[in-house]
Amino acid sequence: MSQPGDGIRVALFATCINDVMFPNTPKAVVKLLERLGCTVDFPFGQTCCGQMFTNTGYYKEGLTTVHTYVDAFERYDYIVAPSGSCVGAVRHQHPMLAEWAGDELLLARVCKLVPRTFDLSEFLVDVLGVTDVGAFFPHKVTYHATCHSLRVTKVGERPYQLLQAVRGLDFVELPSDEAGLPTAEECCGFGGTFSLKNPDVSVAMVSEKVRNILATGAEYVTAGDNSCLMNIGGLLHRQKAPVKAIHLAEILASTEEDAA
Amino acid sequence: MTRLTPAPPPGKLIDSPPFKVNAKKELANPVLRKNLRFATHTIRAKRRLRVSEVGEEAWQQLRDAAAEIKDRVARHLDTYLLQLEETLTAKGAVVHWARDAAEANQIVVDLVKAKQVQDVVKIKSMVTQEIDLNESLEANGVAAWETDLAELIVQLGHDRPSHILVPAIHRNRSEVREIFLREMGRYGTPAPADLSNDPPVLAAAARTHLRNKFLAAKVAISGGNFAIAETGTLVIVESEGNGRMCLTLPETLISVVGIEKVLPTFDDLEVFLQLLPRSSTAERMNPYTSMWSGITPGDGPQELHVVLVDNGRTQALADEIGRPALRCIRCSACLNICPVYERVGGHAYGSVYPGPIGIALTPQLRGIKSVIDKSLPFACSLCNACADVCPVQIPLPEIIVHNRNRVAEAKQSERRPHLETTAVGAMTWVWKNPKHWEKMLKLAGLSGKALAALRVQSLGPLPPPISAWSNARDLPAPPAQSFREWWKRNREGAQ
Ligand code: SF4
Repeated sequence: MSQPGDGIRVALFATCINDVMFPNTPKAVVKLLERLGCTVDFPFGQTCCGQMFTNTGYYKEGLTTVHTYVDAFERYDYIVAPSGSCVGAVRHQHPMLAEWAGDELLLARVCKLVPRTFDLSEFLVDVLGVTDVGAFFPHKVTYHATCHSLRVTKVGERPYQLLQAVRGLDFVELPSDEAGLPTAEECCGFGGTFSLKNPDVSVAMVSEKVRNILATGAEYVTAGDNSCLMNIGGLLHRQKAPVKAIHLAEILASTEEDAA
Repeated sequence: MTRLTPAPPPGKLIDSPPFKVNAKKELANPVLRKNLRFATHTIRAKRRLRVSEVGEEAWQQLRDAAAEIKDRVARHLDTYLLQLEETLTAKGAVVHWARDAAEANQIVVDLVKAKQVQDVVKIKSMVTQEIDLNESLEANGVAAWETDLAELIVQLGHDRPSHILVPAIHRNRSEVREIFLREMGRYGTPAPADLSNDPPVLAAAARTHLRNKFLAAKVAISGGNFAIAETGTLVIVESEGNGRMCLTLPETLISVVGIEKVLPTFDDLEVFLQLLPRSSTAERMNPYTSMWSGITPGDGPQELHVVLVDNGRTQALADEIGRPALRCIRCSACLNICPVYERVGGHAYGSVYPGPIGIALTPQLRGIKSVIDKSLPFACSLCNACADVCPVQIPLPEIIVHNRNRVAEAKQSERRPHLETTAVGAMTWVWKNPKHWEKMLKLAGLSGKALAALRVQSLGPLPPPISAWSNARDLPAPPAQSFREWWKRNREGAQ
């Protein structure tokens, strides 16, 4: 039987945080993409997208990771990361840093990679053209849009489409605020080093996010970024709340066999 | 010396403690948080509705046009300013140039003193807040009375504004009632003893209190939303009509205007008068739009002074990344959508410009020398919500990150070691070379194994600096095997 990913070779950009803290997410990406027919490579030259440096103001340091990124992925047509945030960094910060450094050659190399770097949800929906990835996940799930997926990488409705096509999944939206606006779009308060530099504000923000999540009665909260989920999950865990944080990729990779 | 007007809190804004310290204090105030949350969420939703009425495409066209006009102004600022001076002068106004706050204040003080008055009335104006004009006047024996309702609440409350459009956003009605009852009598017509906290009743008390001040004032001070170079026209948009009173009743009008407020032609207004009300008060059109071009004999003020203020604007102009911050039309949409502002309010920012525009613009105008200015760029989770709502499309997150870069470079150029720069140096070594990263992953895996042996799945409270995270949130223990390790074991051979 032919598969949407037949003949497509994908370089997996695991992202540093997943590599060290959340290996199950890139493993899920591998499983999912292979199930859809893709060939998956993991280039060992990869490290980090550098946004922690760049966002904290350390451009020179961020620039070193632009070089590692370009060196590692240059030979691939499709680079897929389970992170709207890291993809956003590649698309916007890498060109900015190359320009800042006045490095024309690097800028040219970066600009070639920008349109070839995809968030998982974009790759599935836009490149492979699938929303039903054959997943099965018999649980009540809510979704946090994450700021960078939503407003920087602009993944739009794709994660919703993917979740809605998962068999057995009972999807529940995060509630609207008292003025009728969707709270799914509000920041969870992570913000990288923001959570360390302004911990009190960060905690005030995540507390509200967690309250909204609990109000849905969901068993799982999912998102396209483990950094935000680590923030949300960290508070859920501290409160011993009965909700688990899980990356979108892990839901999409699940099948009936896993449930059995 | 006894004061003429209510004293604001002591100290200068620029001497504020760092943002984190102020934020902690404000977060501890549940009334403030409730007031702010209610106000920002309500206005957010209304703005969204008003913008959607225009239609996504038309709104985007307006935003594009606004950004282009403002960028043209920035490119040719010198030309437009000279043209403005010429048209204003031709129409009977006197133009003054002020390099900084001290010069601007001195000009206004001299003008007011020459009129031999003890009182002036004021229209709400951000630039006069910025230069702290009221306190300069007070020090020179002149009482400046704020006539905007919310500014009046702030002034009578011995307080500082906490929002650029709704300066008393941090107050609820019962607080306003108490302030009016306590203070109005000390500075003019008292509030009626049976004052309720019904908004129309409160507004009526303010109106009565202000009436005598309007009628007695010989000099008014205003800002200006726009200054049209082509026609020498100053424009103010407002909601209450107090501005209209100040602009028409007194004999002398002094308008203090930032140099970035100039617009090339009268036609350009069309764009901004559509964008501003919908973005600020979420109205289709603001109730009062006043325009005045010089002097009209027998009608309105017969003496008009326009003070054009730089106060750091040319410094921002010279910064290629910071420059678009000068497009700002002070609508406050970015404040209202900001999750950080929503929780801490404007006082935490140590600047008259709080919220996203505050942390983008203040370090451009004032520099990054004081502790508050060094901390401001970091008062942001980079959620990007502000960039989406800004009617003039200021890339706020980019300017904020750029300001962080200025702070980081300043830190690195200091000789003493910082925990942060040391950590950043170490992580650069790790991520520069995949081999180094692999070593780091192995280490994490070993600690993960050790923790697993102890059956530790997650880490609770930890020592500083991680305590900033772990005081309220758990951290998962690292797994025993990194992804890379797993791939090596399970996939390498298979390929
Ligand atoms: S930065 Fe933009 S959104 Fe914020 S006040 Fe200025 S114009 Fe309005």
